[in-house]
Amino acid sequence: MATSEGNYYVPEQSKLPLLASIGMFLTVFGASAWLSGVTTSPLIVAVALFVFAAALFDWSRRLTIVAGIIMFVVVSAASETLSNLLTGPMVFALGGLAFAGVIWNWFSIVIRENIAGLNSPQLKRSYVWGMGWFIFSEVMFFAAFFGALFYVRTLALPWLAGEGHGAENVLLWPGFEANWPLMVTPDMAVHGDAANVTGPDQSMSFRDAASLWTWLPFWNTVILLASSVTCHFAHSAIKKNARKPFNVWLGVTIVLALIFMTLQAWEYVIAYRDMGLTLDTGIYGATFFMLTGFHGAHVLLGTFMLAVMWFRSVLKGHFSSEDSFGFDAASWYWHFVDVVWVGLFFAVYIFG
Amino acid sequence: MAHGPAKGLSRWLFTTNHKDIGSMYLWFSFAMFIIGGIFALVIRAELFEPGMQIVDPNFFNQMTTLHGLIMVFGAIMPAFVGLANWMLPMMIGAPDMALPRMNNWSFWILPFAFFMLLSTLFMPGGAPNFGWTFYAPLSTTYAPESVTFFIFAVHIMGASSIMGAINIVATILNMRAPGMTLMKMPLFVWTWLITAYLLIAVMPVLAGLVTMMLMDIHFGTSFFDAAGGGDPVLFQHIFWFFGHPEVYIMILPAFGIISAIIPTFARKPLFGYSSMVYASASIAFLSFIVWAHHMFTVGMPIAGELFFMYATMLIAVPTGVKVFNWVATMFRGAMTFETPMLFSIAFVILFTIGGLSGLMLAIAPADFQYHDTYFVVAHFHYVLVPGALFSIIAAVYYWLPKWTGRMYNEILGKTHFWVAFVGLNVTFFPMHFAGLAGMPRRIPDYHMMFADWNMISSVGAFIFGASQILFLYIVLDTIFRGKKATDRVWENSEGLEWTVASPAPYHTFSTPPEIK
Repeated sequence: MATSEGNYYVPEQSKLPLLASIGMFLTVFGASAWLSGVTTSPLIVAVALFVFAAALFDWSRRLTIVAGIIMFVVVSAASETLSNLLTGPMVFALGGLAFAGVIWNWFSIVIRENIAGLNSPQLKRSYVWGMGWFIFSEVMFFAAFFGALFYVRTLALPWLAGEGHGAENVLLWPGFEANWPLMVTPDMAVHGDAANVTGPDQSMSFRDAASLWTWLPFWNTVILLASSVTCHFAHSAIKKNARKPFNVWLGVTIVLALIFMTLQAWEYVIAYRDMGLTLDTGIYGATFFMLTGFHGAHVLLGTFMLAVMWFRSVLKGHFSSEDSFGFDAASWYWHFVDVVWVGLFFAVYIFG
Repeated sequence: MAHGPAKGLSRWLFTTNHKDIGSMYLWFSFAMFIIGGIFALVIRAELFEPGMQIVDPNFFNQMTTLHGLIMVFGAIMPAFVGLANWMLPMMIGAPDMALPRMNNWSFWILPFAFFMLLSTLFMPGGAPNFGWTFYAPLSTTYAPESVTFFIFAVHIMGASSIMGAINIVATILNMRAPGMTLMKMPLFVWTWLITAYLLIAVMPVLAGLVTMMLMDIHFGTSFFDAAGGGDPVLFQHIFWFFGHPEVYIMILPAFGIISAIIPTFARKPLFGYSSMVYASASIAFLSFIVWAHHMFTVGMPIAGELFFMYATMLIAVPTGVKVFNWVATMFRGAMTFETPMLFSIAFVILFTIGGLSGLMLAIAPADFQYHDTYFVVAHFHYVLVPGALFSIIAAVYYWLPKWTGRMYNEILGKTHFWVAFVGLNVTFFPMHFAGLAGMPRRIPDYHMMFADWNMISSVGAFIFGASQILFLYIVLDTIFRGKKATDRVWENSEGLEWTVASPAPYHTFSTPPEIK
C-alpha cells in the first residue's frame, strides 16, 4: 500500500451515486411530465422513491421485500388517486429536493474526508483535473449558443432575405429584409398584423457613445469584472494565510455578484414590461434571453459556490495556504463566468 | 486494502470498484444491444417484402429512431466505457479510476435515462419517430408529445458521458504508475484519452441543442423556425458538430483494441506505434471540421461544399496510416487465428470497406446521388458493426479470461465469428446495391425492383441476430464452466494487465508496478 505517492485511498462503498441518480431521474421525469402534459404511471415514481428510501435507510432484505409488496399493492390499488397527487410539478419538486439533498451531502462528505487527511496529493490533483475539464465542458455548452447566434446573424438571415442563389425569399418570405437586431421577423414581413411570431419593440443593443454612462450592460460589465479582481485578491490573501482579508475580499465579491444579478433581473423586467422584448420575439429574443439567461444561471451557481466557501471560512475556519481547493475551484468557475460575460457583452450588446 | 467485494446486491448498487462498474457497463450495454437488435429485426421483418406487412408506418419510424439511439448511446458507447473501466487502471498500473464515486454515478444514470427513453413507447402518440438525428422541425413542430422525455433523457445521458470522460482523462493523466510515460501507454489508453477529450468537447453541444429544441417546443423561441428568423438548417449544423466527433468517439477506442490484439496473435510488436498515436490525434482534430459533409444536399455555398469535401477526404490519410500499420504488423508474423484475432482481422478488412464507401460519400457531387439512400445505411453499418461492434466483441474474447479467470470455448467462439461474419455481410452488403439503385432510407415500403436485395438483407439480419444469442451463451458458459486460464492467457500478450492473476484480483496495483 505504501507508494511514492503515499497511500492510495479508494473510498469504501457509497450510496451517493445511486441516490443521486434517482434524484436526477425524478427531477427530469417530473419536468418532462410537467412540460409535455403526459400522465405517467404513479408506479414509476413510487418504485423510484421506494428504492431511494430502502437504500438510504439500509432496510433489511426482509423488510424491503415485505414493504415492496405492500407498496406495489397499495400503489396499484390507489393508482387513480396517486396520479392526481403525483403530478409533473410534484414529482419535479420531490426529485429536485432529493437530488439537492444528496449533492449537498456528497460535497460535505468530500470536505470531511479532506479535513480528516484522507486525500492524498494525487487525489487532490484528480480533483483539479476534474474541475478544469468540467469548466471546459461548460465552455463548449456556451459555444453552441454563441455558434447559433453567429450562424443566424451572418448566414441564415441574409439567405432568408434573398442573398446567395436560393429562391426561398421570393417564394416564402417576400419583402423580408435581414437586419440585426431583427425587429421585423419574416412572419411579420409577409403577414403584417396577422403574424404569429412578432419581433421586439426595442432591442438591448448599444446605441451611441453618449449614452454609455447610463447604459445598464456597461455597469454590469464593470461590476462583474471588478468582482473577478476582488475574487483574485481573496485568492492572493488565502495563499498568504491572511484569513481576514480573504473573508473581506470574498465577501465583496459575493456582494458584487448579488448586485450584478439584481441589475440583470431588473434588465429582464424592463425588457418584458417596457421594451416588448420577450423569449418569443423571434430569433433576437431567443438568442438574447438564452445567452444572457444561461449566463445568469451560471452566475447564480457561481455565487452559490462562493457563498458556501465564504461560510466555510467564516464559520468553520476552513482553507489555508496549503489547502484551499474548494475555494480555488469556485474562483476558477467565477473567472470562467466572467470571461463568458465579456464574450456576451461584445457579441450580444455592443455589436448586437 | 485487503477487503474483497461486498455481499449481495449492495456490491453492485454502491460499488466504487472499477472492475464492478466495468462489468455493469458491459452487461447494461449487452442488454441495450439486444433491445436495439430486436428493434432492428422489426425493421428487417417489415422490409422482408414490399408492401405493408407487420407494423404501421408511424411505428416503423419509431423503430428506426429508437434502434439508432439505443445502439449509439446505449450499446456502443457504454460498452467502450465499460472496457475503459476494466482495462485502463490495469493498463497504466493504477489501483482504480481517479474519481471512483463519480464513476459509479456515471453508470447509474444510464439505466434511468434509457428507462425514460424506452418508456416513451407506451405514451400517447408513441415514441420519438423522427430518426436518431432528430432534425427540426420533425422533432419540434411535428413531434409527438413524448419528445420532452426524449430531450431530458438525452440531457442526463450526456451528463453521464461527460462525467465518465472527465474521470477517464483524470485517470490517464494523473494515475499512471511511475515510469509509465505517455509514449509508453498502450494504444487503447491513448485512443481513450483522445476519445474522452472529444466527449467533453461535444456532449455539451448536444445538450445545448436539445435545450434549444425544448425552448422552441415549450417556451416560444424560434431557433429552428424561419417565421421568427431562425433556421432548421441551424439544427443540422449544431447536431453534426456534435455528431461527427461522436462517430469517432465510437471508433477510436476500437482502434486501440485492434492495436492490442493484432500484435498478440501476430507475435510481433505493433508496427509504427508513434504514428498510430499521431494518426489518432489527427483524426480527432479533423473530426471537428468536417461536420457539414452530412448536409451536402441541404443547401450550402459552393465554397462550403468544397471545404467540407476536401477536409473529409483528408481523414483517409491518418486512417490509411492505421490500416497500413495493422497490415504491416501482421506481415511475416507468426499468426494464429483465435477468436479475438478473427474478429480483429475482419475488423481491418470490413472497416476498410466502410471507410472506402465513406470516401465515395465524401465527394460532394456524387453525394447528391447517394444522399439518404441505403448506400449511406450500408456505409455507416459497415463502420459501426464490423468496426465498433466487432472490436468490442474481440475485446470481450481477448480479456474475458483475465476478467473471469476462465477460458472461453474456442470452437464456439469461432462458430460465433463465422455466423456473425456471414450474417453481417449478407445483411449489409446488398444495401450498397439497393442504395445505388435508388432505394431511400427510413421507409417501411418500397418499389418492387428492390425486393430481392431486401429479402437477402432481412435473412442476413436474422442470422446475425441469432449469432448474438450464441455469444451470450458463450460468455455465460465461460463464467460458469470455462477451463482455468493462465495469468498470461495468450502466448505473446504484452502489457501490465497480463502480469496480474487471472481472474484479476478485486484490487490491483495498490503498489505501483515497475515499468520497464
